[in-house]
Amino acid sequence: MKRILFSICLFVGLASVSMAQSAQYESVMTKNVTMLDDSANFNPDRLLEIGNTFERIAAAEKTQWLPFYYASYCYVMSALMQRDNDKVDDLADKAAVNIEQAEAISPKNDEINCIKSLVATSRIRVDPPTRGMKYGMESAELLAQANQINQENPRVYMLQGQSLFYTPEQFGGSKTEAKKKFQTALEKFSAFKPASAIAPHWGEAYTKGLLAQIK
Amino acid sequence: MKQLNLILFTLFLPVCMMGQQRITGKITDGKKRPLQGVNVAIKDTYDGATSGADGSFSFTTDVKGVQYITATLLGYTTQEQKVFIDGTLEVNIIMRNNVNDLKVVTITAGSFEASDEGKTTVLKPLDIVTTAGAGADIVNALKTLPGTQQTNDREGLFVRGGTGYETQTYIDGMLVRNPFYSGLPDQPGRGRFSPFLFKGTTFSSGGYSAQYGQGLSSALILESTDLPQRSSYSLGASVIGVSGGMEELSKDKKGSYGIEADYTNLGPYLNVLKPKYRFSANPEIMGASANFRRKTSKTGMLKFYGYANKTHMGTVRPSLEHPGYEEQFELKNQNIYTNLIYKESLGNDWKFNAGLSYSTNVDKIDLDTLNKSTPAKVKNQSELGQVKAMLTKGLGQYSMLRFGGEYQYSVEKSAFNNWPANYVDNYTAGFVESDIYVTPRLVGRFGGRVEYSSVLDKANIAPRVSLAYKLTGLSQVSLAYGDFYEKPEQQYLRFKPDLGYMKATHYIATYQWVAKHYTLRVEAFYKKYHDLVKTSPDTTTSGTGYAKGIELFWRDRKTIKNTDYWISYSYLDTKRNYLNYPFEVQPDFAAKHTFSVVYKYTIPAISTNLGITYSFSTGRPYYNPNLPDSKFMSEKTMTYNSIGLSASYLTSIRKAFTIFVLSVSNAPNFKQVYGYRYSSDKLRRQEVVPNIPRFIYLGMFMNFGIDRRQDVINNL
Repeated sequence: MKRILFSICLFVGLASVSMAQSAQYESVMTKNVTMLDDSANFNPDRLLEIGNTFERIAAAEKTQWLPFYYASYCYVMSALMQRDNDKVDDLADKAAVNIEQAEAISPKNDEINCIKSLVATSRIRVDPPTRGMKYGMESAELLAQANQINQENPRVYMLQGQSLFYTPEQFGGSKTEAKKKFQTALEKFSAFKPASAIAPHWGEAYTKGLLAQIK
Repeated sequence: MKQLNLILFTLFLPVCMMGQQRITGKITDGKKRPLQGVNVAIKDTYDGATSGADGSFSFTTDVKGVQYITATLLGYTTQEQKVFIDGTLEVNIIMRNNVNDLKVVTITAGSFEASDEGKTTVLKPLDIVTTAGAGADIVNALKTLPGTQQTNDREGLFVRGGTGYETQTYIDGMLVRNPFYSGLPDQPGRGRFSPFLFKGTTFSSGGYSAQYGQGLSSALILESTDLPQRSSYSLGASVIGVSGGMEELSKDKKGSYGIEADYTNLGPYLNVLKPKYRFSANPEIMGASANFRRKTSKTGMLKFYGYANKTHMGTVRPSLEHPGYEEQFELKNQNIYTNLIYKESLGNDWKFNAGLSYSTNVDKIDLDTLNKSTPAKVKNQSELGQVKAMLTKGLGQYSMLRFGGEYQYSVEKSAFNNWPANYVDNYTAGFVESDIYVTPRLVGRFGGRVEYSSVLDKANIAPRVSLAYKLTGLSQVSLAYGDFYEKPEQQYLRFKPDLGYMKATHYIATYQWVAKHYTLRVEAFYKKYHDLVKTSPDTTTSGTGYAKGIELFWRDRKTIKNTDYWISYSYLDTKRNYLNYPFEVQPDFAAKHTFSVVYKYTIPAISTNLGITYSFSTGRPYYNPNLPDSKFMSEKTMTYNSIGLSASYLTSIRKAFTIFVLSVSNAPNFKQVYGYRYSSDKLRRQEVVPNIPRFIYLGMFMNFGIDRRQDVINNL
């Protein structure tokens, strides 16, 4: 009897530890993911800091893909917002390392493909004449794959639109095509229900912002 | 009771460990400079922080006892430090640089590399295409680099006191017998191969690897592109011709094939802008090429490239020998070049490269003093078949050993009015070379090459040694030494096959500083020539010579916004006693000072690139037969000046990526005199000048990409 009681207590004790961990995971992730909804945090240095936080969480929670995903998202956004071209490749490398780990945990994931596409896009700027073709193609292909995996993911349309929006017309960009993409993205956003509070859900406000620039 | 305590302890274990401890510290590199952006963490917890601009960090944690603090930063080795946390703690961490490719020294003495792959390469493949005045010709673009001469009246690349014949061209390791279009007298000779075919171009002005033989002075090493990124069609039109091509990438993305055809005719252009001497046949070129590439495995690649070309042209000039008469020179050329390349990793750090190549070239030349003599007919025909194989074994992290062999079968036929002079050569060579890294900062390359040529019936052994040492992250010094052998030129071997090899010994020292946007190179060299061909009093290989000099290169891509420029300067002191020279003198193809500036300016708003290239060299010696022998080659031509301009505009016409190019060579129409030719009675002389001193090129290229992106859009 005592032994049973002991076992129960031990079980409860351990459960409380792991629940604490899990509760901590949810709460810390929620706290940091919420930070990314705040545009005040969108500057290269702040994003690097938040990215580092996600990287720490990822290092402790080796079976969760979301911390790696968000770490990569922060780094690549930091790369895209960098003023200094010299820092872009380092940040993109950091983003690439993290997103590969996310993919190892969760293969064939459309959200992960979106980040990989962003990583390729971020590298173009360092040397557009020599890199534009290679990384532009890679980026587009990753989005096409993401679209095959999940046709309802609004971020795919948003990123395709973004690429059309920023690519000069002589290289295949088009503001009118971009507009169509953004409109599709917004339709998908209105139907999109993130799986949880910490599942990827970014991009709607950004899409509206870009769309507003076309009108 | 005891058990109850244990139960309580277990239940409250997580709670017991609560209580916040502050961890602070500073992260620096080996030289005590603060590092920003370092991710500091307590292992297996979420606790940590990012270091600030001063390298400091601070965070709180709930954990206690023995813990590990980790510090990670890209480009640095991750540090893990064991700590005991029991209250506030200060932890200072020193991080060490990763040894990555950027920090590993590479051998650079004598060589300039243009490639997309290395982060520290001096030029990119696009730089060759966008150099003003170069007309998208590889060799013309290389003439803006130190070590090269502005010898634009003869075929080939003249490097460091060497003749054009002393520079060899290799595609994927295979020798190219006729890299230039056959041309008219006093023309520089344009390269047959488009720069777009190659992903890497290495121009070596000396001290190059034992893999390459039969070039006394220089090697131009071209590496062909791999699979295209997408299928595409292209069209080009210009004031001198049209071209079209297609490239198809297979559905599985493991193979591709492509074909291309071009037609050039200078007739319409020359009707508007008259040349100095009239053309009896306007230059006309017809060409076609095909390629096939296939990935044979994850690491294996098979590539085929084939090229066929036909040209016809002729000029009429006033006769120097017979005043009042005209000399006609008419040329018909046919050229075929093919190669098949295979490479594969064999596992266990072994790599295998092999190649087969066959080429043939026929020049038919008619020489005629019009209305005076019967025409002389010259026919030169060469064929070259070769096979080459090489094995490379990686040794440890950076070191490697490579060895291989090659065999060339060449037929050289020549006929002057049906008087033939032919020969066949069987050439075999073996080489072995090893790159040994003593440390990542110090590398030595030791190797040698053994060659045997059946026509000479002689063998040679050529040792090659290079050393490179990285002084700091950005700068390094290199030294190179080597012996280089080459068969005498075909026109001498034809009549006297028992000549020996010509020989050059190179000594090179280089200092190089390569930052992300800046490159500085200083190179000094000494080259000793032995056994050059003498034609007087007899044809022998007993000529001598030397070349020494110092060269500077500076490139800056950052200081001026949207501007990229480079400056090259070469000082050359060279003398040789060869051919009919009475003693060692500065030869008629060499200038003492050569200087170039290439300036490229981009206007992103209107996607336009502007370029200007200025080249200068001091006068070249020429032979005046009216002077006594002791004054041989003592007179010099005027200095050489050239300004090339180019503008290109990128746009799209419907869905085709389109580029318009306008380029003008020698825009100010400077007078350029390369030398003088005297009549045999020494009474008259003729300037050696370009026939078309200023060339204006206007063209457009369209590329219809079959972009997957478009497919995706259309499918929605």
